[in-house]
Amino acid sequence: MADDLLRRVRPPNWQNPQPRSRYDLIVVGGGPAGLAAAELAAREGRSVALLERYRLGGNSLNSGSIPSKAIIRAARVLVSLRDEEDFGATAFERPATDFAAVMERMRRLRARIAEYHSIDRLCARGIDVFFGGARFLGPDTLGVADASLSFSKAIVATGARPQASSIPGLAQAGFQTSDTIFDLTELPRRLGVIGGGPLGCELAQAFSRLGSQVTLVQNEPKFLPHDDRDAAELLSMSLSRDGVDTRLNTAVVAARREGDAKWLDTLSNGVKCSIPVDDILLSVGRVPNVEELGLEAAGIAYEATGIAVDRYLRTSNQNVYAAGDVCQSYQFTNVAESCGRLAAHNAFGAGAQRQSNLAVPWCTYCDPEIAHIGLHPHEARAQSIPVKSFTIMMQDVEGAITDGLDEGFVKIHIREGTDQILGATIVATRAAELINEMSVIMNAGIGMRRLASILHSYPAQSDAIRLAAMAFLEDRSNA
Amino acid sequence: MPALTELSDEALIDRLQRGAFAYFIDYTQAHTGLVADNSRAGSPCSIAVVGFALSCYPVGVERGWMSRTQAAALTLRTLRFFWSSIQGDQANVTGYRGFYYHFLGMQTGRRVWQCELSLIDTALLMAGILTAGAYFDGAGEEADIRRLSDALYRRVDWQWAQNGQQTVSQGWKPECGFLNYGWEGYNEAALLYVLGIGSPAHALAAGSFTGWTCTYQWENLLGHDVLYSGPLFTHLFSHAWIDYRNIRDPFMREKHSDYFDNTRSAIAIQREYGARNPHGFEGYDRDLWGVTAGDGPGNRELRQHGRDRRFFGYMSRGVPYGPDDGTIAPWAMLATLPFDADAALRGTRHLLRTYPEVCTQDRFSSGFNPTVESPSGGWLSEGWFGLDQGLLVMMIENYRSGLIWDITRQCPAIRAGLIGAGFTGGWL
Repeated sequence: MADDLLRRVRPPNWQNPQPRSRYDLIVVGGGPAGLAAAELAAREGRSVALLERYRLGGNSLNSGSIPSKAIIRAARVLVSLRDEEDFGATAFERPATDFAAVMERMRRLRARIAEYHSIDRLCARGIDVFFGGARFLGPDTLGVADASLSFSKAIVATGARPQASSIPGLAQAGFQTSDTIFDLTELPRRLGVIGGGPLGCELAQAFSRLGSQVTLVQNEPKFLPHDDRDAAELLSMSLSRDGVDTRLNTAVVAARREGDAKWLDTLSNGVKCSIPVDDILLSVGRVPNVEELGLEAAGIAYEATGIAVDRYLRTSNQNVYAAGDVCQSYQFTNVAESCGRLAAHNAFGAGAQRQSNLAVPWCTYCDPEIAHIGLHPHEARAQSIPVKSFTIMMQDVEGAITDGLDEGFVKIHIREGTDQILGATIVATRAAELINEMSVIMNAGIGMRRLASILHSYPAQSDAIRLAAMAFLEDRSNA
Repeated sequence: MPALTELSDEALIDRLQRGAFAYFIDYTQAHTGLVADNSRAGSPCSIAVVGFALSCYPVGVERGWMSRTQAAALTLRTLRFFWSSIQGDQANVTGYRGFYYHFLGMQTGRRVWQCELSLIDTALLMAGILTAGAYFDGAGEEADIRRLSDALYRRVDWQWAQNGQQTVSQGWKPECGFLNYGWEGYNEAALLYVLGIGSPAHALAAGSFTGWTCTYQWENLLGHDVLYSGPLFTHLFSHAWIDYRNIRDPFMREKHSDYFDNTRSAIAIQREYGARNPHGFEGYDRDLWGVTAGDGPGNRELRQHGRDRRFFGYMSRGVPYGPDDGTIAPWAMLATLPFDADAALRGTRHLLRTYPEVCTQDRFSSGFNPTVESPSGGWLSEGWFGLDQGLLVMMIENYRSGLIWDITRQCPAIRAGLIGAGFTGGWL
């Protein structure tokens, strides 16, 4: 499977092509943003070169969304067998986890999905692919390997990487990040996860379900600090139910190795504690890849937080754009792809488009999933927008009840006094799917009145969205 | 003595109020006024319970359950203890910067359990101290009460508790400084902000209340518009002292509601949740509700009817988001008397008929959970908790005579705090 993956994303015997004299577009970075930009430009007849340091597909394919979701799915299947009794099936024995099989499935799926982003497809579209570290040599010149490439336009889409940590002793003790954990061959008996953001929570729950004793340490009062508070509290309960030892308001102040064990020394409101683990996952955020690109040589302004772009994704070099995690606060694959296309469009097209109009749905793939789009109520209030949320509990949705998947809620946030939808938060087993309906609704400008009249199949979990709109209609203040 | 279920509404209320009041006679340290957090052996003092006790003594006087002289003497001893106890940043004292540690040794009067210097519990204590200062308007010992009440309140350094932030921290410890707990959304802290803003000496900065209300969630939930907070007690605690009827802050003016009506909505949601009973807990009903903070069966798991159930110990429970493990606080329904007397009495009578064991010596236990299987038919919290009894005494009295609200409406600090927070209308 590793051969299948590499054949598609970084062929071992690859020979970089002979460069053209000048490219219409050079894209630096072969992740979701770079691939989308390169493919769009090539489709429009531009001469395109794509420069990739490591593997095509970026973090999403190689060490992010795809491998994590494959593992999460396996963990869900295993845990769903716990509830077999409630569904009338009593003959099964409790399943054991074959971690090697779980990882093998993940690698198989990753290799399969890699085909959609493969080098063969890029070449078939006439895109010249160069592997190697890229570096600006001047305002319109890039170097890669031994070649020097000139461009009319360029897009920097180098993505981001796991943020380092200054925890004393952590480097010596050894730890995993999202870049390395999917290469594990054995399930850690005890796993310490540092960081309660999306990836930390997802993998803490998944590894716990697969059989690890997981301790999740978060130096904040809640998990998913940027998400709805009720969602975060439901997640806390869900993690605990799955056996994760959750430590909120807790800082890891040191790590050390003693014999075969590693220890995380923690401090929580003055109380010290030491947690023995066999492996550590560090998941405290991501930082943009802006180093070693020679950005200064091209006059591209940047900071540690990323490349500075205007609302058209143009950098301080008028011929260079940026897209994806290297310049976006929303570090999601869907945003990266969208911005990659937008940057390619703006680089050549008439009628430049702004990226600020995007309504971004995102999801944390814990169980239940936590998805959001648009404004949170506190964000609306900070803008002096009167906001009201119409909430339907999944436990009151008949389709969710019959499915036995009735944990969570749908909240639709509206501008009070109107039926305009400002945002939505969904916590449900399939929230990632449900939020996409809200994305369509919001982008189509559909309000609560019209939404209430749109028929949904019955029974279905998505009926929760219609029920929220019905609650709006039944609210006396909207009469 | 007739069974509770045979009494008229008025007689039932009177007996249960007196039973609750007696907690403060039974579990108060006479020479310091410190009151035990709960009736179990070895319980420390909770400063919040002292705040409730100080507010209940005027009720006892007016109801004839203790003499005014007795009440004044006990109140003065309590205030003298808090005034003269050690304040400092050491780990084993009673308070710091006018605030007090959440739990104190009943005998030593000093911090126990490495607990936090608690802002909300100090606010509850101060509410009781201010109530005493406003009620005792005579000469002699009563004048001393007024002087000490004012001095204790002035000493609280609310500004320090902001720690440079817009909103207040939940607490502080000498071992680590201010605590890093999130305290977003509406809850019982309304009282803390009102008292902090009303301080003539160390008032919270302007904008602190607005900063807090920015975290509010206005929701339509189970068919009711509500400023959301899950646990029922959060809709009751500050109301025990503050009469929110017809007074509104900017948030409630925007929503055409007030905090009193909001508690009525919270009650309606509790009842609707009880009727729907989504988790199939034993006993839940439109007339059996009260999911809130309190004692619980302890951390354990149970498999029932093909589903795993998890139970918890003392914790804050709420609806509809949870956590909910089937534990009901038996006192909670009656504590809502001023807001929805019909619902409160229907629920309480249903409870006493169905689960009479939740009330012993005319005093409700902190929690019960009939879903937990046991030889006695469920789990029942042992003994009583002072917070429950104090809230019940005050809320029943507010329903019967409005005494506490009458007292606090005359309290300059509370008026100043409400006005400073932007409240207008009604009795203001």
